[in-house]
Amino acid sequence: MAAADDIILRVEHLTMRFGWLVAVDDLSFTARQGDITALIGPNGAGKTTVFNCITGFYRPSEGRIALRHGDAIAWEWLEPLTNGGERSVKRPAGALYLLERMPEYLVTQQARVARTFQNIRLFPGMTVLENLLVAQHNRLMLASGYTLFGVLGFPSYAAAERAAIERAKAWLDRVDLTARADDAAGDLPYGAQRRLEIARAMCTEPVLLCLDEPAAGLNPRESAELNELLLAIRDQQRISILLIEHDMSVVMEISDHVVVLDYGVKIADGAPAAIRDNPKVIAAYLGVPDKDVANVEAEVGL
Amino acid sequence: MEVFLQQLINGITLGSIYGLIAIGYTMVFGIIGMVNFAHGDVFMVSAFIALVAFLLLTSFLGISSIALALFLVLIVAMLFTSLVNWTIERLAYRPLRGSFRLAPLISAIGMSIFLSNFVQVTQGPRNKSIPPMVQGEFVLFTKNDYPVTLSFKQLIIWFVTAVLLACFWYLVSKTRLGRAQRACEQDQKMAALVGVDVDRTISMTFVIAAALAAVAGTMYLMYYGVVSFADGFVPGVKAFTAAVLGGIGSLPGAVVGGILIGLIETMWSAYFSIDYKDVAAFSVLAITLIFLPQGLFGRPDVEKV
Amino acid sequence: MGGDAPGLRVDTVRALRDAGITALLAFGLFLPLVGFQTVTDVRNDLILVTRWPLLLAVVAVVGIGRLAYSLAVEPWLRQRALLPATPAPAWRVQAGKWFLPFAIGFVVAYPAIVLATAGFGRAVKWIDNFGIQVLIYVMLGWGLNIVVGLAGLLDLGYVAFYAVGAYSYALLAKTFGFSFWILLPLAGVLASFWGILLGFPVLRLRGDYLAIVTLAFGEIIRIVLINWVDLTNGYAGITGIPRPTFFGIPFNAEDDGFAAVFGLEFSPIYRTIFLYYLILALALLTAFVTVRLRRLPVGRAWEALREDEIACRSLGINTTNTKLTAFAMGAMFAGFAGSFFAARQGFISPDSFTFLESATILSIVVLGGMGSQIGVAIAAIAMIGGTEIMRELDFLKLIFGSTFDPTQYRMLLFGFAMVLIMIWRPRGLISTREPSVVLKERKIIGADLVKEGHG
Repeated sequence: MAAADDIILRVEHLTMRFGWLVAVDDLSFTARQGDITALIGPNGAGKTTVFNCITGFYRPSEGRIALRHGDAIAWEWLEPLTNGGERSVKRPAGALYLLERMPEYLVTQQARVARTFQNIRLFPGMTVLENLLVAQHNRLMLASGYTLFGVLGFPSYAAAERAAIERAKAWLDRVDLTARADDAAGDLPYGAQRRLEIARAMCTEPVLLCLDEPAAGLNPRESAELNELLLAIRDQQRISILLIEHDMSVVMEISDHVVVLDYGVKIADGAPAAIRDNPKVIAAYLGVPDKDVANVEAEVGL
Repeated sequence: MEVFLQQLINGITLGSIYGLIAIGYTMVFGIIGMVNFAHGDVFMVSAFIALVAFLLLTSFLGISSIALALFLVLIVAMLFTSLVNWTIERLAYRPLRGSFRLAPLISAIGMSIFLSNFVQVTQGPRNKSIPPMVQGEFVLFTKNDYPVTLSFKQLIIWFVTAVLLACFWYLVSKTRLGRAQRACEQDQKMAALVGVDVDRTISMTFVIAAALAAVAGTMYLMYYGVVSFADGFVPGVKAFTAAVLGGIGSLPGAVVGGILIGLIETMWSAYFSIDYKDVAAFSVLAITLIFLPQGLFGRPDVEKV
Repeated sequence: MGGDAPGLRVDTVRALRDAGITALLAFGLFLPLVGFQTVTDVRNDLILVTRWPLLLAVVAVVGIGRLAYSLAVEPWLRQRALLPATPAPAWRVQAGKWFLPFAIGFVVAYPAIVLATAGFGRAVKWIDNFGIQVLIYVMLGWGLNIVVGLAGLLDLGYVAFYAVGAYSYALLAKTFGFSFWILLPLAGVLASFWGILLGFPVLRLRGDYLAIVTLAFGEIIRIVLINWVDLTNGYAGITGIPRPTFFGIPFNAEDDGFAAVFGLEFSPIYRTIFLYYLILALALLTAFVTVRLRRLPVGRAWEALREDEIACRSLGINTTNTKLTAFAMGAMFAGFAGSFFAARQGFISPDSFTFLESATILSIVVLGGMGSQIGVAIAAIAMIGGTEIMRELDFLKLIFGSTFDPTQYRMLLFGFAMVLIMIWRPRGLISTREPSVVLKERKIIGADLVKEGHG
C-alpha cells in the first residue's frame, strides 16, 4: 500500500445509482501523485461513471472523492473537512478538495482536474488554436478584467493573450499540430483530434488529468506516440494521470497502478503485472460467472 | 361549489379542444423532433374550412338536420385540413429534414405567418360569427339561484373527443402505421433499413395531426360561434403547453395536459382575473419547463456525457 | 429517372403529368378558402359568395409554375450539379474585399443620396421608412445574433427586452423628464437586468424548450403591458413621449429650435436625419462591441458553448454565467434600440411588441447566417426593406384594379419568403465562420463544421 503522503486522489465508498440501476457500487481506490493509474474493466463496468463522478458531472449517490494539492495539508484533515460541510481547505502551499461537493466547472477551475471524453468533444467549428484558448478561459477572463478591460483595449489583456497563445503553441508543438493551428478542429483526422483534446485539457494546467479511452481508434504507431506523450506528461510536468483504457498493451506498458471494475464493483487493485495474472480479472474479461472462477483458475493453472 | 362545478364542466370542454390540438404537437415532435409552430394556425384554418362547409351545407344545400350537417362539416374539415398539412410538410419541412436544426423552426414560423395572413387576405380581417348551431342545455341543479348547466354543445364536444381519441388510440397502438410511427420515433435510419417507409409515415403523422386539429377547429367554431384569422396563435401556444405539461412525445400526456390547461384557465378566470388568464397558461408553461421538463408522463432525460 | 442520360433529358410527359397533379392538389387546397368567401350581408348575417374565376386563376398559376419548374428550372439545376465546382472568379474576391468599406460609405451617405435624388419633400419618407426602420432591425438582429448566433441559445422572446427599453424610456422621460442621453444607457441597463432575471431560471433548459420558455416570457410581459393600465395605459399606449434633442437643442419651429439656431428654415427633415445617424451610430456600436467581444475570452466561451456545452464545462467554464452574459448583452442592445424606438415614434403601445416581432428578428438572424454580422445586415435589408417596398407598389393597382391593396400582401409574402429562403439556404446567406484569432494564416471555416448550439 502506498504511503499516505504520496496520495493525490482518494475515492472512498463511491456509489452511483440511476433509478434501480447501480452503476458503481461501493468503490474505493487511491491514486498516487505522479503515477499513471489505470481504471479498466469490461464494457459497462461503470468506468466512465466513475470519471463523471470525479470530474463533477454526476453527483455520487454515496461516497467521498478527495483530491489534494501538494502535501501542505495532511490527509487527517479529511474528516474535519467532511464533517464541517465545506468544499475545501486551502493553504498557501496546498489544498484539499471534496470533489463530490463541487460542480464540474469548479472541479476544473479550482481543484485542477482536467478530462477528455470517450467520444471526443472538441469545438469542431473553431480552429485548433481557438480550442486551446478556450481552455485558458478563466485565466484570460481575469486578465480581461471580466471583459471590461478587454473591450476598452487595455494593453494588460493583450499581453495575457500573447502569453496564452505562447502556451498553446508549446502544446501544439508537443502534440505535433503546429502546422494545423488555423484549421477547424472538426477538419482534423481522428488521431489528431485525440491529441488535440489532450493538449486542450493540459492547457487548463491540471494536477490530475483524466483520460477516457485516449487510445481508442488509434493505429499502432499513433498509440505508441500516445504512450510517449503520456509518459512525458507524467515525468516532465509531474502530473498525475487517471486513465480509462481498453487497450491492454497501453495499460500494461505505461500504468503504474491498475484498478479493475466489473459491474460497478472493484475486483482487483494493484501493479500491472499482478493484475495480468489475477484470475478474477481474467474471468471478468472472459465473461465467466463468479462461481466458475475456480474452474477457470484450474484451467489456467493457478 | 356550484361555480367550481360549472367551471369544471367548462374547463373539461375547453381542455378537450386543447388536447386534440396538443396531440398534433406531441406526435410531430415525437417523430421529427420539431416544434411545429404552424400547428396552431392549421387549427385556425380548419375552423375556417368548417365555417365555409357549414355555410355551404346550410344555406346552399339547405340541409336542415343539424346532426347531419355537423357530421358532414366535421368530415369535410378533416379532409381538407389534412390535405393542407400534408402539403405543408411536403413543401416546407421535408426539404429541411436532417438539415440545420433551426431551419425547420424558422420555416414553421414562416408558415404560421403565411397561413394567418392567407386567411386574412382571402377571408377578410373581421371576426366571423355564425348563429348558434346547437342550442339547449341540461340544468344539473340549482343552488342559490345559480344553475349549474351542461349544454348540448359541451356534451357533443365530450362525445366527439372521446370517440375520436378512441379511434386515434387504436390507430397508433394497433395498426401497422402506429408501429411504423413508433419505429421512426426511435431511429429513422434503422426503421428505413427494416423496410418502414419513413417519408410516408411522417406524412401520415402530419395528416393525423391535422385531422385531430380539424376536429378541434370544428368544435371550437360550434362552441364559440366565432372565429378570426388571428385565432391560431394563442390556442396553439396553450395546446403546446398542454403537450409539454403532459410530457412531450406522450399521447395520453397530451390529452391530460390539455384538460389540465383548460381547467387552469377556466378556474383562473373564475377565481382570479380574466385579463390575466393567458398569463396563467404561459406561466404554467414556463414553470413546467423549468421544474418538470419531462412533463407528467414523459421519460426523465439523463444527461449523456 | 431510369433513362440512359437521366441528368439532362427533359421528360415532357412526366412534366405535364406532374403539373396536372399539382394543379389538382392546388384546387383541393384553395377550394374552401379561395373558392368561397364568407362575407357579412346587409342583414348582418354571414353568407358565402363564390370566386370561381379567382380560384381557377390561382390553380392555373400553380400548375403553370410547376410545369415551368419541371421543364426549365429542374434541368438547369441538374446541369449545374454536373459541372465541377469552380472557385470564385477574381472579380468576386476583389468585390468581397471592397464590400465592407463601400457598404459603410453608402449608409453614411444615404441621407444625402436620398435628398439629392428624391428631393426635399419625399426624402423624409425614404429616410424614415427605409433607412431608420431597416437600421432598427439591423441593430436588433445584431443584438440577438449575440444570443442565437454566437452563444447558440434560441430566444423567441427577444422583443420583451425591446419593450422594456421602450417603456423604460417612455415612462421615465414622461414622469421625471430625464433627457434621452441619460435614459438611453439606463434603458440598456434595465433591459439587461431583465435579461438576467428572466435568463436565470431558464438557461439550464436546452433546445426548443428554451425557445418556448422565452416565448412564454415575452408574451407574459406583453400581457402585463396590456393589463397594467395604471402604469402603461394598456392597449391605448403611451403618447407624447419626449423626442430626443440635438444635445439639448430641440427639433422644433421655436426660436431656440434646431433650425433657428443653425439659421435654417424649419423642416422635419433635420430631425429625421438626426435620428438616422443616431440609430446608425447605435447599430455600429453594437457591431463594434460584438466584433470586440468575439475576440475576448467571453466571446470565445459563447462560441464554445454553441459548439459543445459539456466540453465547455469540462474546461472550467461556468456555463450559467457565460449564458447569462450573452443574454444580458443581447438584451442590453435591445434596450438601446427600444429607447430609440420610443423616442423616434413619440408613441408606443403593446402592439409594437408582439411575438411576430420576435419571430421577425429571429428570422433575420437565421436567414442572414447565424453569427455573421454582414449576413444579418443583408437579411434585415432584404426582409424589412422588401416588405416596406410593398407599400410603394402603387403601379400594381393599374394591373389588378384600383381596389388592390399591395400592403395587405406584405406579411403573406414575408412568411412565404421565410419558408423559401430556408429551403434555398437552410444555414442562411453567410454560413461560414471567421476565426477569432490567427497564428499564421486566416482560413474561413466551412459551414458544415460550425454547430448551431443546443439551446
